[in-house]
Amino acid sequence: MRVTINGREYEFEKPMTVLEAARKVGIHIPTLCYHPRITQSGSCRMCLVEVEGQRLLQTACTTYIKDGMKVYTNSERVKAAVKHNLELLRMIHPDDCQTCEVNGRCELQDLLQRFGVEREVDYYGNAVDIIDGSSPAIRRDLEKCVKCFRCVKACEEIQNLSVYAMVKRGHYEYPATAFDAPVYNTVCVGCGQCSFVCPVGAITEKPDWRIVLELLEDGEKMLIVQTAPATRVALAEEFGAEPGTISTGKMVAALRRLGFDYVFDTNFGADLTIIEEGNEFVERVKRGGPFPMFTSCCPAWVNYAEKVFPWVTKHLSSARSPHIMLGAIIKTYFAQKIGKSPDDIIVVSIMPCTAKKDEITRDQLVIDGWQPVDYVLTTRELGKLIRLKGIPFMSLPEEDYDHPLGVSTGAAAIFGVTGGVMEAALRTAYEVITGETLPKVVFEEVRGLDGVRDATIKVGDKEIKIAVVHGLKNTERLLKMMERGEVFYHFVEVMACPGGCIGGGGQPKSLDPDVIRKRAEAIYEIDEMMEIRKSHENPAIKQLYKEFLKKPLGELSEKLLHTYYRDRSKEYLDLARFYQSKQVS
Amino acid sequence: MTKIKVAADPKSVLEGSLEIANYFGYLSGVHHTVVNIERDVNLGSSVGGILVDVEGDKYRVKDKKDAARLFVQRVILKKDVEDLKVKKVLPPEKAHITEEVLIVKRNFGRYEDIDGYLALGGYEALKKALKMKPEQVVEEIKESGLRGRGGAGFPTGLKWESALKEKALEKFVVCNADEGEPGTFKDRVIIEEDPHALVEGMIISAYAVGASKGYIYIRGEYADVARKLQKAIEEAEAKGFLGEDILGSGFNFQLVLRFGGGSYIAGEETALLESIEGRAARSRFKPPYPTQKGLFGKPTVVNNVETLVKVPWIILHGGAEYRKYGTESSPGTKLFSICGIANKRHVVELPLGVTLRELVYAYGEGVYGEGKLAMVQTGGKAGTFVPPEKLDVKLDFDAVKEGVSLGSGAIVLIDDSSSFLDIALNVAKFFEHESCGKCTPCREGMFLMRKMIEKMVREGKEDYDALEEIERIVLIMKDSSLCGLGQSVHNPMISLIRILERGEVA
Repeated sequence: MRVTINGREYEFEKPMTVLEAARKVGIHIPTLCYHPRITQSGSCRMCLVEVEGQRLLQTACTTYIKDGMKVYTNSERVKAAVKHNLELLRMIHPDDCQTCEVNGRCELQDLLQRFGVEREVDYYGNAVDIIDGSSPAIRRDLEKCVKCFRCVKACEEIQNLSVYAMVKRGHYEYPATAFDAPVYNTVCVGCGQCSFVCPVGAITEKPDWRIVLELLEDGEKMLIVQTAPATRVALAEEFGAEPGTISTGKMVAALRRLGFDYVFDTNFGADLTIIEEGNEFVERVKRGGPFPMFTSCCPAWVNYAEKVFPWVTKHLSSARSPHIMLGAIIKTYFAQKIGKSPDDIIVVSIMPCTAKKDEITRDQLVIDGWQPVDYVLTTRELGKLIRLKGIPFMSLPEEDYDHPLGVSTGAAAIFGVTGGVMEAALRTAYEVITGETLPKVVFEEVRGLDGVRDATIKVGDKEIKIAVVHGLKNTERLLKMMERGEVFYHFVEVMACPGGCIGGGGQPKSLDPDVIRKRAEAIYEIDEMMEIRKSHENPAIKQLYKEFLKKPLGELSEKLLHTYYRDRSKEYLDLARFYQSKQVS
Repeated sequence: MTKIKVAADPKSVLEGSLEIANYFGYLSGVHHTVVNIERDVNLGSSVGGILVDVEGDKYRVKDKKDAARLFVQRVILKKDVEDLKVKKVLPPEKAHITEEVLIVKRNFGRYEDIDGYLALGGYEALKKALKMKPEQVVEEIKESGLRGRGGAGFPTGLKWESALKEKALEKFVVCNADEGEPGTFKDRVIIEEDPHALVEGMIISAYAVGASKGYIYIRGEYADVARKLQKAIEEAEAKGFLGEDILGSGFNFQLVLRFGGGSYIAGEETALLESIEGRAARSRFKPPYPTQKGLFGKPTVVNNVETLVKVPWIILHGGAEYRKYGTESSPGTKLFSICGIANKRHVVELPLGVTLRELVYAYGEGVYGEGKLAMVQTGGKAGTFVPPEKLDVKLDFDAVKEGVSLGSGAIVLIDDSSSFLDIALNVAKFFEHESCGKCTPCREGMFLMRKMIEKMVREGKEDYDALEEIERIVLIMKDSSLCGLGQSVHNPMISLIRILERGEVA
């Protein structure tokens, strides 16, 4: 297909939209509602282009290229329309950029600057100014909403939860929860995909970085930080690097410069999770059930199970998620080593996830009155902290994690990508069950980015049916198939976000359609580089069991590393009814 | 009892004699006097005014002021009015007034139930169509040149053809009976008077495009007439015109009613489909067009009530016969709903190409009471405001080039008691309220426009700089909006501003 864009002719093979075609040849078309993770709504009218033969301007994101098409992306007519539409958005958008959570990472801000939109139209603001801080995971500030439909579509198309819907009409519309309930009291699981796609600061993670910053500057308590597997392949994006840039060493260096006393690796916790969860699975195989066993590392998934599919809670692995495990170990095992009590230590987790902020508020996780993890910061928040403290991230030297809780394996590294927990668990379970060494470390069957992947793995004389699923929309489909008895699995890994933690709601915002694939490749690269690739071979883990925990699923393990779940489905339905009754009156 | 005769020859009628006749009636009410007013075709005419005969004395009345003076002096005070007297009465003058053509209105009020409809030749068109191939039916419609009567005027035959060509397991036909355009009430009258014609038209359209299910999306406010429609559907089902294997042809078709929730934008076809699907009525982007990907993602044909009701007639009489009426580019007849401050508010069916003057003065009988015609809004809220000097524009789908939009066929008469700013604020508030909120230019543009006009209203005078800015806003809105709503707001706003600039409205 030959398409002329701005007078130059280009050749395209596949059918694609004008926007994709233009991006391919390096022509920038402004967008606001377009996001590669969701379907297009064509609502913001920023990607307008002039197509010869068409009476009106067309949106590049919904118009497909045709042979012989002539497109103009920067004619005066287009520029005037886009600028006017931006003026209208400026009319409803407040000027608090300086203190806004997404300052410098805001798509509207960029567009306003690019088109030089002064405040010519008076500021009228949005019709609603709801600030919803109910959820420990996300914060909504509807005063800043530009009504791009991204959050509505993300929640519907990725998670099929439809927490938000656009209510009312025209200028008065806003993305509301059902009956205007606080978002924490809806079916929301806190995955944060809405905060990931929000082009402005209307939905952000619940900001905790300021408290952490103050604690760091205060210096009274000991601050220990741990970093999740998926943050190290994404953090550099906050500083302009290509998605998939591995920046483990620089991240550790930056955290030291921020003033953390110890920098540990959540990968250690992941290895620990595999030992506990793997042994739990082996136990279940021995006992013959209950199957399927579901992974429990993903807090959004746990919330989902508790709120929507309560029968699943009996099947969830009782193992706590890796950073909670590591937090507990830091405050017990490590605290003993350095002669501190749990109360003197503050553990901060750097996570690609907003639901982890919600997870740490769970009552079940409290041990003897202290919380395993005190604060969770997202990758984006860490990026902000580093920026605000003026640390030259990209030119930092590579540094190593502190010992002993910074030693990890390749199995832990792949926790960050969908299929990773399964693969890591299989590496350990295979050897535990059969007592033989794995012939091949890589399980290709569970890799990839398809919504649902399943396989039958031969472990000794047993055939184990496994499934890997990511995105709650896919999960819902799989669970319904299980309810109908159409499929049976022994072990199911669920990650709520697309691509697993690498596509988490707390990761740096990106409009790159391949961002998940690039980050996944980086994760697998880390695994390849590791000398030890099976969790049970981690020497620090072995030492921990020898010195402290004694044995997997032992008494101390149960106390520190395992948890239980509640059926919260009725609770949230009751809340919905409550808000409904309020609405009617 | 005083006897007043008013000239009613065609020329006088177009000059507004019926308005004067009605005004005399109005005055008799005001003065509690009983008069006998007669419209006399043979009374004659006069130059520069309307010939009025009061008990044998002939007068020439130029406007309502003259008429009032004549009435008070001559009828009440029994004095002569010398300066209005006519010496020489001219013979009645001929002029062209388009006659009503009954295609849609052919069965209005002539039947109660399906037996009555069958006696009038009902469902004969369906029988004929079922013997034809779907392609032939589409061909017949294409030949008739029928254009959609919802407002946009897209050729119906082409729409059907593109849906027929689509390959899909399931297709839908949808009837747009969400008549939300203010000032339009033709569809309501059709459904009330001739529901079976709509059912028959739906079945034929479904057969032509290969649809198995049809929806009639009727606005929620029409609950009373919807009951009639529901009854018609049930009767048609009982007689075997709906359901499985219709009339032994092997064609299956199911028809259901859906109620709208009262939103204006639901009359836009893609928003209507969203609403049927159970979502909020917000327009989708096009392409893909509904004929490619419509209701539930399947090829769907959306037609207006009036379009569908014409289909049985065209099938029975042939497309060529239909083409005899109307103009070359816009064949056939159109229902006009005359309302506003008209003396006679009703639905008339006239061939396209009729002038606005005929509609206003011959069929609407002019402006009620002492008011003077200030402007006419044609085509509904998103149509144009037409000043009196443009009344001779021929109404068809091309008239929009001359600044008169045909739209849904609403003819709203507005007299000089409303100020420019009142009308502008009314339009702005309406569209601000009805904008679905999906696309930026419409959602925020309408709000800004309302704020600007409200400011003018508060200050009590027009601000020409602000009006220029409004013109810019609506033109960009036209260029960059997602659907027909934002794309057509420039019609009323700019035509209204032009009238203001002309300087005749207070």
